[in-house]
Amino acid sequence: MTGWRHDSAGMVDRDRPLSFTFDGQPCTGFAGDTLASALLAGGPRILGRSFKYHRPRGLWGMGGEEPNAILDVTENGRTLPNVRATTMVLRDGMALRSVNAAPDAARDRLGLIDLAQRFLPAGFYYKTFMALGWMRWEPMIRRMAGLGVLDADHHPPADAPSMTAEIDLLVIGAGPAGLAAARAAARAGRAVWLVDEAAEPGGALRWRGGEIDGAPWQAFARDSCQAVTAAGGRVLTDTVLWGAFDHGMFAAWERRADRPDRHWRLRAREVILAAGAIERPLWFANNDLPGVMSSEAALHYLALYGAVAGRRIVIGCAGDAPYATAAALAAAGCQVTLVDARSETPPAPEGVTLRRAARITRAHGHREVGAVTVEGVHLDCDTVLVSGGFTPSVHLHCQAGGKLDFDPRTDALIPRPGSAPLLTVGAACGAFGLAAALAGGHVAGGGAGPAPAASGAVWGIAPSRPDPKARGRVWIDPQNDVTLKDVKLAAQEGYRSVEHLKRYTTLGMATDQGRSANFAGLAAMAALTGQTIPETGTTTYRPPFTPVPLSVIGGMRRGEGFAPPRRLRLEAQHRALGARFREYGGWLRPAHYGTDEAKAAQAEARTARQTAGLYDASPLGKIEVLGPGAAELLDFCGYVRMSTLKPGRARYGFMLSETGIVFDDGVVLRLAEDRFIVSASSGHVGSVRMILEEARQDRFDPARVVLHDVTAQWTTLTATGPASRALLGGAGIDLPDLPHMGVAETRWQGVPLRIARVSFTGDASWELSVPARHGAALQAALETARAGHGACWVGLEAVMILRAEKGFILVGKDTDGITMPQDLGWGGPRDRRQDEYFGRRSLFTPEAMRPDRRQLVGLETSGAPLPTGAHVLASDGPRRSAGFVTSSCHSPTLDRPVALAMIEGGRSRIGQEVTVFHLGTLSTARITDACALDPEGARLHG
Amino acid sequence: MQRYSAFSLLRHGLTGHRGWRPAWAKARPRAAYDAVIVGGGGHGLATAYYLAKNHGISRVAVLEKGWIGGGNTGRNTTAVRSNYFYPESVALYDLSLRLYERLSRALNYNVMLSQRGMLIAAHTPAQMEICARIANAMQLNGVDGHLMGAEEAVRRIPLLNQTADARFRCLGGVWQGRAGVARHDAVAWGYARAASALGVDIIENCAVTGLDVQGGRICGVDTTLGRIRTERVGLAAAGATPGLAALTGVRLPIHTYALQAFVSEPVKPMLDTVLLYLGTGTYVSQSDKGELVIGGGLDRVPTHGQRGNLPAQETVISGLLEMFPAFAQLKLLRQWAGVVDVVPDSSPVIGPVGPGGLYVNCGWGTGGFKAIPAGGWLLAHLLATGAHHEISRPFDLDRFARGRLIDEAAGSGIAH
Amino acid sequence: MQRFSCPFCGLRDETEFHFAAEAGKHRPEPAPEVSDADWADYLFGNDAPRGPAREVWVHLTCGEFFVMTRDTVTREVLGSAALPGRSQ
Repeated sequence: MTGWRHDSAGMVDRDRPLSFTFDGQPCTGFAGDTLASALLAGGPRILGRSFKYHRPRGLWGMGGEEPNAILDVTENGRTLPNVRATTMVLRDGMALRSVNAAPDAARDRLGLIDLAQRFLPAGFYYKTFMALGWMRWEPMIRRMAGLGVLDADHHPPADAPSMTAEIDLLVIGAGPAGLAAARAAARAGRAVWLVDEAAEPGGALRWRGGEIDGAPWQAFARDSCQAVTAAGGRVLTDTVLWGAFDHGMFAAWERRADRPDRHWRLRAREVILAAGAIERPLWFANNDLPGVMSSEAALHYLALYGAVAGRRIVIGCAGDAPYATAAALAAAGCQVTLVDARSETPPAPEGVTLRRAARITRAHGHREVGAVTVEGVHLDCDTVLVSGGFTPSVHLHCQAGGKLDFDPRTDALIPRPGSAPLLTVGAACGAFGLAAALAGGHVAGGGAGPAPAASGAVWGIAPSRPDPKARGRVWIDPQNDVTLKDVKLAAQEGYRSVEHLKRYTTLGMATDQGRSANFAGLAAMAALTGQTIPETGTTTYRPPFTPVPLSVIGGMRRGEGFAPPRRLRLEAQHRALGARFREYGGWLRPAHYGTDEAKAAQAEARTARQTAGLYDASPLGKIEVLGPGAAELLDFCGYVRMSTLKPGRARYGFMLSETGIVFDDGVVLRLAEDRFIVSASSGHVGSVRMILEEARQDRFDPARVVLHDVTAQWTTLTATGPASRALLGGAGIDLPDLPHMGVAETRWQGVPLRIARVSFTGDASWELSVPARHGAALQAALETARAGHGACWVGLEAVMILRAEKGFILVGKDTDGITMPQDLGWGGPRDRRQDEYFGRRSLFTPEAMRPDRRQLVGLETSGAPLPTGAHVLASDGPRRSAGFVTSSCHSPTLDRPVALAMIEGGRSRIGQEVTVFHLGTLSTARITDACALDPEGARLHG
Repeated sequence: MQRYSAFSLLRHGLTGHRGWRPAWAKARPRAAYDAVIVGGGGHGLATAYYLAKNHGISRVAVLEKGWIGGGNTGRNTTAVRSNYFYPESVALYDLSLRLYERLSRALNYNVMLSQRGMLIAAHTPAQMEICARIANAMQLNGVDGHLMGAEEAVRRIPLLNQTADARFRCLGGVWQGRAGVARHDAVAWGYARAASALGVDIIENCAVTGLDVQGGRICGVDTTLGRIRTERVGLAAAGATPGLAALTGVRLPIHTYALQAFVSEPVKPMLDTVLLYLGTGTYVSQSDKGELVIGGGLDRVPTHGQRGNLPAQETVISGLLEMFPAFAQLKLLRQWAGVVDVVPDSSPVIGPVGPGGLYVNCGWGTGGFKAIPAGGWLLAHLLATGAHHEISRPFDLDRFARGRLIDEAAGSGIAH
Repeated sequence: MQRFSCPFCGLRDETEFHFAAEAGKHRPEPAPEVSDADWADYLFGNDAPRGPAREVWVHLTCGEFFVMTRDTVTREVLGSAALPGRSQ
């Protein structure tokens, strides 16, 4: 334990100690700590192991850029894997476990791998593991890889609401630049949303402190936030803007204590990006040892939490930023040596030893840092802080399509002004230093008058780069164990494009997303290839800026919220009758009544044939087509002409796609000269409506015909079977004298009632439709009359039996994406129609004319029904499929199996025996007509 | 070609790996080639390799606008499978799978083929019937298809949502044991290295600006690095193929869409197979590194921009969590999109188009990675012989006029 | 999330729209006079342009088809208008 807790610094609540464990060892922290600050002040130094070599890893940073301090956190018996210690608030009783280490971070057995590191360079796995096949090695490699462990029993709730907001001005980042921008705009009366990922506004002011306009910075921050709120804006803290998307949309993840997180979709008229910058490491040998950490982070932990990284501290840098860190640590009582690569530097802070024109070339230590070599001189220390410059957080600028320019003054890639629809200010565009950040923000926010005043010059920064000739192992990406040698090897082997470099070495692909690694990697590649940094380029910036919980993106879409099924208006009534529901075409419908499915469906189908069956047909799509142009429209859109249909009659037909494929089937009712109702399969209503609409608007005079989907406006109950007429009479329904395919509009108990004698069962059927709100009354009337006529309610499974007995198809089950109407025995319109209709030309391609197309037939067998999905073998030649069974069941009425199948040239092969293949077993069947029951249709007229 | 092996790795390790030479030579265009392939993705590089290997034609250039493997080859979910319905598709994709099974050794480059098996999972009896139809079709076509029940599916994938309120409780599905995943970049690099060793010129940062046609035949290619003479050109440029073909006035039946994929933070092994779930349309596997690799449906707006969009992300991710509620513990680490070339029947277009000597290999849509070896094999055959291989014949562009679409989604009820 | 402008309803999220076809396609008819190749080109041929594109879209919620011009690379919407002959 090297880190320690200062008696007074920071804002933790020293009266509220919290206990937690790390790898089973008890530790303590205080309320207000993050996991990282508590571990730094009073925990072990080795917090985990690296991905590849299992090297010890300690804390590096202070936020989302943290590559090393990744922990599995157990709280109340539930574990969350891969928690970044820097961004999680400590709570009492937490159990922290290091990742990628066994038995624990301190004693990891696989640490031995590091001894073999010279044989495991970048991409070594592409060069070996081939002899015995990759599968021999893969399980071992997989076990060694991965970070945390998923808790199989932990199902986080789907409770993150999705929020949407339209904003005038969005300011991303509430550091000095963002605060100044937001304040200026709010004072001008604009509604501003100010968003920051930290718990408090202030950005680096929170640990660097400072005076603005002669007062402590807190007053400025408070004043800015008040101005925002007063002008109708909003300050969102703990909120990460994680992605920029098309047409100016940003996605944000808001973390909330004790309440579900929220997901925001934000759209702003204007956006100011003030996301700050992230400190780079320095590149010397063994720069991955625990105890080497970001200088800015050390200041952060001291100022906010009183957590001090060590006692004998060496700070390596080439810029002004760490001087504040050095001063604060010296004031806290540390022994501090500042090693600055520049020969001209600011003066040494009080109590700090400054070595100019000097560099750290090596860190020493077995498991953690214990000394450094500076210009050949050995310096003992317990902590090394580094600052290799800053990388502006330009991610959102680039995600929004922005370009970058290299700025030699700050040695950084900064946004090219005007290249993206957002304005970048502050450190995110290279304005390092408080006054510069405030001024940039003020101007961007449209501020009138002078900018908020602060002292402090712009930070001097001299470039720090990895030296390709450096000796020893120099880490570029500490989590994925990418070293300078790996970058060199990639260059040597030709993986020189930054994308190849990334993919070959895995540079920047760790969970820190290369925040601190990418610049060094590309700078090293530039140096090795003799290119400039702009020539070398960057990898593409894509969302997410910070890893976002899948639960936040998934939101509340879970269970029925994921893909809500449609429900029948009469669901409660059906349930009261014992219905078991199942999903059909997006609707929950009664599958059968009673608990035993196999028996129930058979019994219901038998009763429906013997006496009568009742079923709820409400999901059947109903599209009303009105106007003098209605018949013309339906003639064009349908395969079967409807203009010849007489009012009061119905006709079965198909709708094809323009490619000639059967898209839907159903009955069209003509209620009047200028009024039709088109039925559509329950799952196809929307697309059928769109086919009609497109023709209506694009081909016909839309003033002469209109259409609308009235499916939800009607409840439809169907009575089928020889006793159905009597049953309906018993229910008080006055049946008009209707022939088969007759339609009538009448009234029942003062309510509009439409009666259609159309049949999906082959028996005389009456389809009764009433306005949906009267459905319950109709259902009650039918139910009252039902028992007296020996009838029953039938579920969809029984209906499927009834229609299969008759060879009636179900589009999508008995047809597929190559089925044309002639394949179903409906070649008539194709052969006879002379007018133009949708899909017509496609019915005459060479393929459509082939005699051996798959055609709908029946299959007769004895014994058990054929399995649906079984194939029929071709009768000659090598073994191959000639078709397949599309529907199959036992017919209770015929007391034998019936099946429908699509078989090549099937209609010319009726009577032939065929071999049926199912999962390796063979059986025989005989091809029959698709209709197995009452082929003359006598039952229809009962 | 410098041999890769455990032994060579040890040997070079002793000398600091200073002896490794470039995997492929960085070529500049020569004045003329026997064949030019446009597109340095997996398909283009494989075509060059097989031209040299199978047909002895090595005066070949592969022209790549950016960096090789940077298009859809490097932007997919790396699944490799041949669980198809139509015999034509099975022949094509199983050729590919068989070539994959030998690829690491053939190229002396470990493409990390992991035949961990893939389940197409069903959640309704109707879908199970379709799965039976597919499993039988696969078996009749000589491919390892197995109809798996719910119990075995849950045994193989124990984290599947089997709670009472699961929206889509798994009933089983079609299993192919030989299916799996491979390392996508390695496929491109391995082909590039092997082709380069056989004399093929791989030219990066070279965009094609024109196709020269004289007397109805291709006679050259204009590029940003100058004009190249050749009488045979193969286009294997996915979403850029329509634009290239249009240079000769050819229209292709292609729309381009963004297809997104997602990667989670890595965790220890907890998912050992590849899963495609019909109910949610989401598919997922776990990479060797421990990351979940997640895919789903296309973005809904045709585009040439390689950017993903939020609505599709939300749909795919919520689909994943519906299948695996425990995955809600994980975080999204990366997300990317490729521009895929989608054909109405979602099957590729392979064959001659337009002027003599011009051939395409495109239209792979969302499923091109698994087909890389076959796509290269067949386009090489066309370029070398001027005629179709019997496996590519059904995928000729003429199928649209003949009306013989090979629509797997419609035929099997299951999308690619 | 892209946003498109329905000429009848105004700016709406992309999820309310459906791509119908590239604009400017004329249905060849009558069928007996159309060759297989011309029909296939009508059904399947596309320009799939990189850059500005004219397309027919439908706003699913109001059911109106319209013509939209947009850039397929930048995804910028350049304009939208009702079908020829349709008033807005």
